[in-house]
Amino acid sequence: MIPLQPPRRLIDVEVDGEAVRVPEGSTVLDACRTAGKDIPTLCYGDTLTPKNACRVCVVEVEGSRTLAPACSRKAEAGMVVGTDTARARHSRKVVLELLASSTDLSTTPMAKEWMADYGADPARFGEEAATVAQPPKVDNDLYVRDYGKCILCYKCVDACGEQWQNSFAISVAGRGFDATISTEFDVALTDSACVYCGNCVEVCPTGALSFKTEFDMRAEGTWDESEQTTTTTICSYCGVGCNLTLHVQDNKIVKVTSPHDNPVTHGNLCIKGRFGYGYV
Amino acid sequence: MDLHFGDAEPTAEERAAVDALLGPPVTAWEGGDRTEADLRSAARAEQARDRLLPALHAVNDRVGWISEGALAYICRRLTIPPAEAYGVASFYSLFSMEPRPARVLHVCTDLACLAKGVRDAGEGVASPCLGLCERAPAALALEAGLPPKATVYGGSPAADATPYTVERPEPPVADAVPQAGGQGLVLLRRVGVVDPASLDDYRANGGYQALRRAFELGPAGVIREVTEAGLVGRGGAAFPTGRKWDATARQPDQPHYLVCNADESEPGTFKDRVIMEGDPYALVEAMTIAAYATGCRKGYLYIRGEYPRATAALETAIRTARARGMLGADILGHGFAFDIELRKGAGAYICGEETAIFNSIEGYRGEPRTKPPFPVEKGLFGKPTVVNNVETLVNVLPILLTGGSDTKLFCVSGSVGRPGVYELPLGTPLRELLDLARPAGRLKAVLLGGAAGSFVTDLDVPLSFEGTRAAGATLGSGVVMVLDEEVDLPAFLVRIAAFFRDESCGQCVPCRVGTVRQEEALHRLGRRRSDEDLVLLREVGQTMRDASICGLGQTAWNAVESAIDRLGAFK
Amino acid sequence: MSYDRLTHPLVREDGVLRRASWDEALDAAARGFLRNIARHGPDSFAMLSCARSTNEMNYVGQKFTRVVVGTNNVDSCNRTCHAPSVAGLSAVFGSGGGTSSYQEVEDTDVIIMWGSAARNAHPIFFHHVLKAIHKGARMFAVDPRRTGTAQWADRWLGLNVGTDIPLAHAIAREIIHERLHNETFIRRATTGFEEFAEQVEPWTLSVAEQVTGVPKEAIRELAHAYARADRAQLCWTLGITEHHNATDNVRALINLALLTGHVGRYGSGLSPLRGQNNVQGGGDMGAIPNRLPGFQDILDPEIRQRFENAWQVPIQPRYGLNLTQMLEAMAEGELTTCYLIGENPVQSEADSLACVKRLSMLDHLVVQDIFLTKTAQMADVVLPASAAWCESEGTFTNSERRVQRVRKALDPPGEARDDIWIMCEIARRMGHDWHYDGAQEVWDELRRLSPAHTGMTYRRLEEHQGIQWPCPSEDAIEPPYLHGRLWKEDPGPRAPFAVLEHSPPVDLLDEEYPFRLTTGRRLDSYNTGVQSSGFASPLRRGETIELCPEDAAQLGLARGEEVRISSRRGTVVAPVHIDPALRPGLVFMTMHFPDEVDTNALTIEATCPIAGTAEFKAAAVRIEKVS
Repeated sequence: MIPLQPPRRLIDVEVDGEAVRVPEGSTVLDACRTAGKDIPTLCYGDTLTPKNACRVCVVEVEGSRTLAPACSRKAEAGMVVGTDTARARHSRKVVLELLASSTDLSTTPMAKEWMADYGADPARFGEEAATVAQPPKVDNDLYVRDYGKCILCYKCVDACGEQWQNSFAISVAGRGFDATISTEFDVALTDSACVYCGNCVEVCPTGALSFKTEFDMRAEGTWDESEQTTTTTICSYCGVGCNLTLHVQDNKIVKVTSPHDNPVTHGNLCIKGRFGYGYV
Repeated sequence: MDLHFGDAEPTAEERAAVDALLGPPVTAWEGGDRTEADLRSAARAEQARDRLLPALHAVNDRVGWISEGALAYICRRLTIPPAEAYGVASFYSLFSMEPRPARVLHVCTDLACLAKGVRDAGEGVASPCLGLCERAPAALALEAGLPPKATVYGGSPAADATPYTVERPEPPVADAVPQAGGQGLVLLRRVGVVDPASLDDYRANGGYQALRRAFELGPAGVIREVTEAGLVGRGGAAFPTGRKWDATARQPDQPHYLVCNADESEPGTFKDRVIMEGDPYALVEAMTIAAYATGCRKGYLYIRGEYPRATAALETAIRTARARGMLGADILGHGFAFDIELRKGAGAYICGEETAIFNSIEGYRGEPRTKPPFPVEKGLFGKPTVVNNVETLVNVLPILLTGGSDTKLFCVSGSVGRPGVYELPLGTPLRELLDLARPAGRLKAVLLGGAAGSFVTDLDVPLSFEGTRAAGATLGSGVVMVLDEEVDLPAFLVRIAAFFRDESCGQCVPCRVGTVRQEEALHRLGRRRSDEDLVLLREVGQTMRDASICGLGQTAWNAVESAIDRLGAFK
Repeated sequence: MSYDRLTHPLVREDGVLRRASWDEALDAAARGFLRNIARHGPDSFAMLSCARSTNEMNYVGQKFTRVVVGTNNVDSCNRTCHAPSVAGLSAVFGSGGGTSSYQEVEDTDVIIMWGSAARNAHPIFFHHVLKAIHKGARMFAVDPRRTGTAQWADRWLGLNVGTDIPLAHAIAREIIHERLHNETFIRRATTGFEEFAEQVEPWTLSVAEQVTGVPKEAIRELAHAYARADRAQLCWTLGITEHHNATDNVRALINLALLTGHVGRYGSGLSPLRGQNNVQGGGDMGAIPNRLPGFQDILDPEIRQRFENAWQVPIQPRYGLNLTQMLEAMAEGELTTCYLIGENPVQSEADSLACVKRLSMLDHLVVQDIFLTKTAQMADVVLPASAAWCESEGTFTNSERRVQRVRKALDPPGEARDDIWIMCEIARRMGHDWHYDGAQEVWDELRRLSPAHTGMTYRRLEEHQGIQWPCPSEDAIEPPYLHGRLWKEDPGPRAPFAVLEHSPPVDLLDEEYPFRLTTGRRLDSYNTGVQSSGFASPLRRGETIELCPEDAAQLGLARGEEVRISSRRGTVVAPVHIDPALRPGLVFMTMHFPDEVDTNALTIEATCPIAGTAEFKAAAVRIEKVS
């Protein structure tokens, strides 16, 4: 017999005055989404353990001294959550300003919309405000690391590390504002433990990591997502049966991803599945 | 694990440094010679992640820096991915990942020393507070070698031409305790009275009476006495110690761990150093009692890397206590087993945060963890853990012997005639403490609680947890830094901001970027008044307070806020 | 080097291939087949179907062979990898599929990776293994090399190449002697235990240590861990199957599962990891000489009857030729025409020179591929196909028997056409007016004929992100593991233990050829490199001969230095790579770069008599400096 999961108890939570019932173990974010509340997230990944580093998803939880990260805080019975209070909105606004003033968010999906929604004005920190601007690292033909766009969400590190790939090619190095995602001694990827699975690129929320095809096409000005189709099919290499989502522009594959809810891959691929399409 | 290594090899000296700590490698797969047996079968090398910080120290302290070859060798020995080890090593300011001279002079440019006129580090490296504030301005020379050497400099003006090159003996610990030998001292009563190296001296002065009493009471009885005495944590958060112990003791998950937080790094704080240097056995005994009460067989004493004399005193005390059966398998013949491992920090204020300290001990970057879960449930190595500050722990001794002391330690520095650690009853008005310490010059304000604290001008504020809270301030770690009218307040605030910017772990956005924006705005305000910048400071400050992961970010704006609101800074 | 896609048909004229129109090429293809069938009968024809193409294509391919031509001579490159797994599993359980699902690997307690470098060869499967390891499962790796997989193992057992049966026997004996075998399961669900126990009796731990080179403590540890586990998975790859006695190897592993009851339950099972995207599906679809679609035995008259009714032709009541036998029949002149779809035997077969010679004896060779491979260059007609996985609709079946949808994302280049369309066009020219309105129509025909697939509509495959076979009903999903029946009071056909003899590698080591060469895959490359050469992998370093530091030192070789490697069959030149995962006497090469270094010029064509797989894993070689 297939072992049954023990039944999950349901708990009641209040979100913005509305009663919501969620399974025990759900996060506040789950509860908010059940209630139909849209909360911005950046470092949250549907295949990763929440790191709650970016703090754009903070909400007000009654009785809590500080705001709580919705992505990681577990919902508790009787919890009263405010997603859109002045205090929560204020923190989200400033966090967006802090990010946008220090990091290039030009390829971060939704960033522009959120900034407008929260009235964020990153320019008010002045032109001298410190940034993480730096030239992109192009040290191989498969993917590019443009850390001027990196918000240090840790998702690439977690995907490369114990949560999925277990290659541990990168880590956060340094401290504070000077912290970076780095190989040991910042050696080039070609000298590192990287196996080019691209699972870091798959989870990057800002485009700091991008496939070389996308990076080059953006540089040429030919990258156009509105002209792209996405089709999910099966990898042509080994017999594991990984699901590939092919992003096609002008009858050319320009990017390969994998569905995050797929039981075979959970959104992960290897170098062949991710990059080995050159022959078609 | 299928680790990847480059071609870099360790030097003989680096290898020797690591092997001295870990012993020689057992198999080819962890860096030893290839044998026929190795090539036929191998067990998985278990990650010995918690040995990483000591191993990094071993190389850095012997060679002065950590090369690619040395890091790779450490990683092979401990089965740690090099990128991860690099991430950890580069987190700590005392480690260097590039070649440098064996001797590095760390010149304190932090608040107490700034208040004494230090402007820059001169020939040395600028350092955050070294916890030598009673001797400000201060510096610490660390020299790699076998053995490594540390020289502490204090009380010399930075302008002196050759103060930081000659070795000088440190003044006796008692010099840091103006009340030393006096009546009414409880926590400090042995400092300057006993020989810190001598267990016999300690026992002749009441040592190990409290542990005997603890064994009579039993674990539950100890917790009851501590709870009834109303002891609250002295590290800054003032959480009831009895409740923490009780919650840990009740956890069914095993084993339980005890962590003594001796990573005393709040600028202006040096009380724990004085206890550890002057009365180290008291801490060993207190930890033993705490472990007994909460069911721990293993305790970690995490001491900041900038405390050479305290480290030496504790090494001696732990070794001696072990030799005399005061630590180990059967303490005092009562069938209780407990031992202490001393862990040296490596220059990171954040590691004093109660969950960052776990990550540091475990060999990860010293980043705070998300709470909940709280340490009593999932702490060190994911197990129930009780974390207490040094001062909190030593308070347990008088509780078991006399029902407790009602005193608190205060670290007085800045513009006073008699700086040092003072022990006074909780609730003593600030004015009385200042009278003892003899302010010099015209008083402008007192910074209570350190960089994470706030400025007060009301000298009648009672020095109690409730009293300071009512006054919109905090006792914090007991910092009482006195500023006179001569102080350059904007520069002082910039230094506070710079401290938080330097010490932010970088994990969460509000703190990582917010501390930078705070410092930038303060720099601008130092040049010209600006309402926009004041608004900006307040908004960023509020966001750091509301949305940061840990206490560092949450308090990084406290002092600046109080300076603006109470001292009229930038008006 | 990288290959260009084929964009138009080619026909051979005056000895050279020239561009042709589709009509011209299809006519030529059909004409040649008809000529040979007319002259020598239908058994002079053989089809090699493509393990990388869809189930639908494979279904049509085998139907073409059985209906249009009238022979069972259809096989695929399955033969070069996992035919022994299918043969072994189906002999014991009546079904050739792996018995477990990936999720069960995550939920198991002990995992044995035997002859499987899954960390590099099946990276995403290994993710599931890593999940299990992080959850506390113990993993054992049996492999001559200390591979990436082995480095994750709780215990690595570095056996001598080709001593898998002695090792398995010693494990079995230890389990029996320690009374750790599952007596209830053995009594109820198996046969032949007594003879098996007798057969393994001489294989004490000490004897096994002498033969396999693995310390007896390590063998004992594995035996105890496997037998005492509540749940255990035994996974293998080509380290087991690319041997001259491969089916015996597979049976030796299955014996261990029967001994301990580690099959037919959630979390316990046997998993051969398939090397090509649809090698499982190819067999399931009947593109093998002994099975009809749905892996149904061709010798069963009732089953044959069902297909004859559906297809309206008689089906030969005997097995066709497998790939190995086909090559032999070519040499004998009995097989004169061949339709190769997406296969490159010239570069994938052991002893490649012999293969070229045999193919060149054919009267008529049609190759349907996406590249002008070495094999295609020998053809009389070359038909440009679409790439199944991204230029056509259909399904693939993976190693956990999960049938998943393949979708068209790209238009094929130039005049390249869908495989099914091409086959239908040839069929039409051979008198069978075939037409399929898309892959779904093929699939629905298959669903009517194969009970294992009946419940898998395209809509359901989409809904469930693939469904594992068997799926006989549209209303239910079956358990993810096979053979639950073995745990019933009446288990049905019992699973037989196999009584096996150790048979060392055929290519013996001696003073002239002192090194044992074994072959395998690298992470970033694939098979003969035709596909994987199309992208710029930063990991690629080309073909090398990998040897251990001790051998390199003894031969005075440095990294990158070119050496001559010779076997009793051929010689190649390759640069040296030093790999501490190897031990003295053991060297390693891949088969990824046949155009630069033809590793298969060295390997031996000693084949498994049951499954026909060649002994790629064990050749004897000599290494000399090129001065």
